[in-house]
Amino acid sequence: MLVWAVKKKYSIFTLLKNAFSNNENWQKMWKSPEPKKSYDVIVVGGGGHGLGTAYYLAKEHGIKNIAVIEKGWIGSGNTGRNTTIIRSNYLWNESAFLYDHSVKLWENLSQELNYNMMFSQRGVMNLAHNEHDIKEMKRRISANRLNGLDTQWLETKDIKRLVPIMNTDNLRYPVLGAAFQRRGGVARHDAVAWGFAMRADEMGVDIIQNCEVHSIKTKNGKVEGVKTSKGFISAKKVAVVASGHTSVLAKTAGVRLPLQSRPLQALVSEPIKPVINTVVMSNAVHAYVSQSDKGELVIGAGTDGYNSFTQRGGYDVIEETVRAIVELYPIFGKMKMLRQWGGIVDICPDASPIISKCEVKGLYFNCGWGTGGFKATPGSANVFAHTVANDEPHKINAAFNLERFSDGRLIDEHGAAAVAH
Amino acid sequence: MILINCPYCGERDQSEFSNGGEAHVARPENSENLNDKDWGQYVFYRDNPKGIFYERWVHSHGCRKWFNAVRNTSTDEILAIYKLNENPPSKENFTNTLKTPSGEPKVGSGNFTVKK
Repeated sequence: MLVWAVKKKYSIFTLLKNAFSNNENWQKMWKSPEPKKSYDVIVVGGGGHGLGTAYYLAKEHGIKNIAVIEKGWIGSGNTGRNTTIIRSNYLWNESAFLYDHSVKLWENLSQELNYNMMFSQRGVMNLAHNEHDIKEMKRRISANRLNGLDTQWLETKDIKRLVPIMNTDNLRYPVLGAAFQRRGGVARHDAVAWGFAMRADEMGVDIIQNCEVHSIKTKNGKVEGVKTSKGFISAKKVAVVASGHTSVLAKTAGVRLPLQSRPLQALVSEPIKPVINTVVMSNAVHAYVSQSDKGELVIGAGTDGYNSFTQRGGYDVIEETVRAIVELYPIFGKMKMLRQWGGIVDICPDASPIISKCEVKGLYFNCGWGTGGFKATPGSANVFAHTVANDEPHKINAAFNLERFSDGRLIDEHGAAAVAH
Repeated sequence: MILINCPYCGERDQSEFSNGGEAHVARPENSENLNDKDWGQYVFYRDNPKGIFYERWVHSHGCRKWFNAVRNTSTDEILAIYKLNENPPSKENFTNTLKTPSGEPKVGSGNFTVKK
């Protein structure tokens, strides 16, 4: 009952109560403790995946002595920089199970965390612009249906009914159809970080912000802890979930990962009235767009063609995307873009993630999500927590190991990853 | 957006070029004796440093010639450009602007041309 008393609940009544006090008396969602000398598990990286890992470690595996160490503020990396698209229509069985595990967790996450994820299953559409697209997508739809996913084929007239503003025929690459997953959608990116952080904090997880991990210390092939800007912290296990910086940190522990870090950009427009009520993606002309609840168009651009850690990105990449957007949706032609930003994504040779232990005992990596990690946040965190707690992968992430880059069992998802890798 | 000084054509916009990844990766000469792990290293693993990086570029929309460059991946500043038959400049010639492996430079991408 004590747990019940300290648990931060959100309801219409707390909302009303705080409205009358000028919203000044909301409780702090998480503490900001100084780091202890040692932990059972240190999670490096306070994004959605890292905070979720800490949450599931505490909730499902009974490990309470955990720290999440974040260089900036939580959710300040790619969790706060993506276009929040959620779907699971991947080709191979391994990926379909992993991403759909995540979608299923998303479906109940607001209730589980008592925090509104604003998860909106408005459907995700992948456009086909040529004969090859049609064949590839129909094959993927069939594969999806065999795996129990709700992907379906849409003819151009169905697309037009769902998105009347789309120009389907009067353009260089006409829209010939689309793969559509109705259970896909969008969610609030900050909410997933904050929700996991709050509930992990309640279970005793230390969330340490503004603390940069400089290196991972190992001895005799076993992890000892991390050196940080707040001194050395020892740990029995270290779980690295640092997206673009994973390979930099892995190198300090003598581990080499098959990752390349590149900027991936996104931009939002000025807010307008509701005009597009689904998510539309196109690989061939490289444009994807959805409309946020505030009314902004959220547009995803591509990656830069070279390795970089600049969180900025090249202008020509945006130009290419905006050109495609304007051709597909002529009515957006005169809109103004409000903001543009870049995040550093870690790209794997087969466009699938690595959720794995490595040759150093007690060191775990959850990385390589490339351009599409947000959709997998709860699922990835859930199976990664299992991997860290048991020193064995969950059956869902067993195939996403490091050994696949020597035994050749790659999970090639270049076709299903929306942004060309 | 960065400018790249092609050793054959002069300074052009980066969008004219394509990146060829890490430079100086030699194909193993004893490939018949390599085990799967070492072969995997050659096929899939490339360096991904934050800071000084030796890489290849090709002027795809120009002379279509390949050349090498040394670039600081934390700022995108190009520190040196040399032809394929030239020896790579020593790493000591360049100062890494980062104090820690995952640190941030004072000035980010592109800004260095403005702030200098």
